[in-house]
Amino acid sequence: MGAGHAHKLYREGRSPVHALPAQCKIAAVLCFVLVVVSTPREAVWAFGAYAVALAAVAAVARIPAGYVLRRLLIEIPFVAFAVLMPFVADGERVAVLGMELSRPGLWGAWNILAKGTLGVAASVLLASTTELRALLLGLQRLRMPPLLIQIASFMIRYGDVISDEMRRMRIARQSRGFEARGVRHWGVLAKSAGALFIRSYERGERVHLAMVSRGYAGTMPVIDDMTATRAQWLSAAALPLTALVVCLTGWMLI
Amino acid sequence: MTGPTPAESTPPSLQVSGLAYAYPDGHQALFGVDLTVARGERVALLGPNGAGKTTLVLHLNGILGAGAGSVEVAGLPVAKQNLAEIRRRVGIVFQDPDDQLFMPTVREDVAFGPAAAGLRGAELERRVAAALERVGMAEFADRPPHHLSFGQRRRVAVATVLAMEPEILVLDEPSSNLDPASRRELADILRSLDVTVLMVTHDLPYALELCPRSVVLSGGVIAADGRTQDLLCDEALMREHRLELPFGFDPRSVTAPV
Repeated sequence: MGAGHAHKLYREGRSPVHALPAQCKIAAVLCFVLVVVSTPREAVWAFGAYAVALAAVAAVARIPAGYVLRRLLIEIPFVAFAVLMPFVADGERVAVLGMELSRPGLWGAWNILAKGTLGVAASVLLASTTELRALLLGLQRLRMPPLLIQIASFMIRYGDVISDEMRRMRIARQSRGFEARGVRHWGVLAKSAGALFIRSYERGERVHLAMVSRGYAGTMPVIDDMTATRAQWLSAAALPLTALVVCLTGWMLI
Repeated sequence: MTGPTPAESTPPSLQVSGLAYAYPDGHQALFGVDLTVARGERVALLGPNGAGKTTLVLHLNGILGAGAGSVEVAGLPVAKQNLAEIRRRVGIVFQDPDDQLFMPTVREDVAFGPAAAGLRGAELERRVAAALERVGMAEFADRPPHHLSFGQRRRVAVATVLAMEPEILVLDEPSSNLDPASRRELADILRSLDVTVLMVTHDLPYALELCPRSVVLSGGVIAADGRTQDLLCDEALMREHRLELPFGFDPRSVTAPV
């Protein structure tokens, strides 16, 4: 518990990037990713340019490179498939380091790897400069369905409460000499999971009661209204606009 | 029964008349409860487990209803068309602060009630700041509730209700799970508030410390109503309703507040 899982991604700071309203940053990252994805994979230099643009944002936000790189590791399971492509795809073969590899497969792998990495890097920058709470407010401003926002904000609030409850149940099991060893004990674990579900459900009812008692009538009241100025939208747009120029140049040079 | 109160100028904060309620499964919890709490009074609601205390509390802001009898809050009957105003006037502090504090930060949680009532901007900020100030939690406004200690969470839970500027504050077991210091701090806060308080509790010394008057709810009716010290000293009454004082505590030995 302590600091809680809510802040693992966020990195405190007072940079111009931190100061931008969340909705501007979310929109900028989304547009950037769309532009990157629509870039022709043959324009290898363009992906270098995108990486430089992201590095510039990271520098302005004073996020160290090592911090971003370490968080990039999360994409490994997702790009594992890309590594297989040169071996399994059909088509023209080329020899690389004494191995016969498929040329379309190599291009496909490069495509996934480059675009995936850039997308994840942009999201990591977004997450490390924007508090989770602000992200939700930003999504709210961008007209995401309010029910989804409410579900997400309850997840933030009650994640720790429920994992704490789970930890107490585990300690209670262990205190009575239970160790999960093998299939025969799965029944006990399943029953604990069921009990946890019921407890969470009942807590949900109590929380709802508390909300209704304070005047909740189906919609969350607006408490913080983050408005973004034209200047803030423009400075957030710098990243996707730069990327768009690179992308269009890429298409023209093909 | 439901006629106008005698003193029309300042109606009592709470007037419960002939309230009866049976749960949908047929279990009857209340059998005609009559209770009047004047403005500014602090009253303890005592009673054994299963006496119907929680059921009574849920009637005060219209969560439960449709039984016999009536509830009026500062002259306004608890009825469907008044529910929004009733819930603003009756501030219930539930037993588990984790149920009460459901927003991501303390400030937003305290703002929830007034914002739901339509308050915005500077006026909302003023209400939040004032409520947190009154429970001594102003510097914790931007913290998430799960990073606070239990006692601090309970105080914030009180603030969430104070922010609505209620007519009556209803506390469900306010001293449960608190260490002695937090318990005393909460007592100091409750004493400093200029608001009607109805306190549901098993903690008899706490009731004696804070509430000059107590009522005993037992078997779904008000079994006794009087000075807290007199009730706690009435051994027959206490035994009859499964009320027990902690070991070594003599209610005669303390000077009760008036």
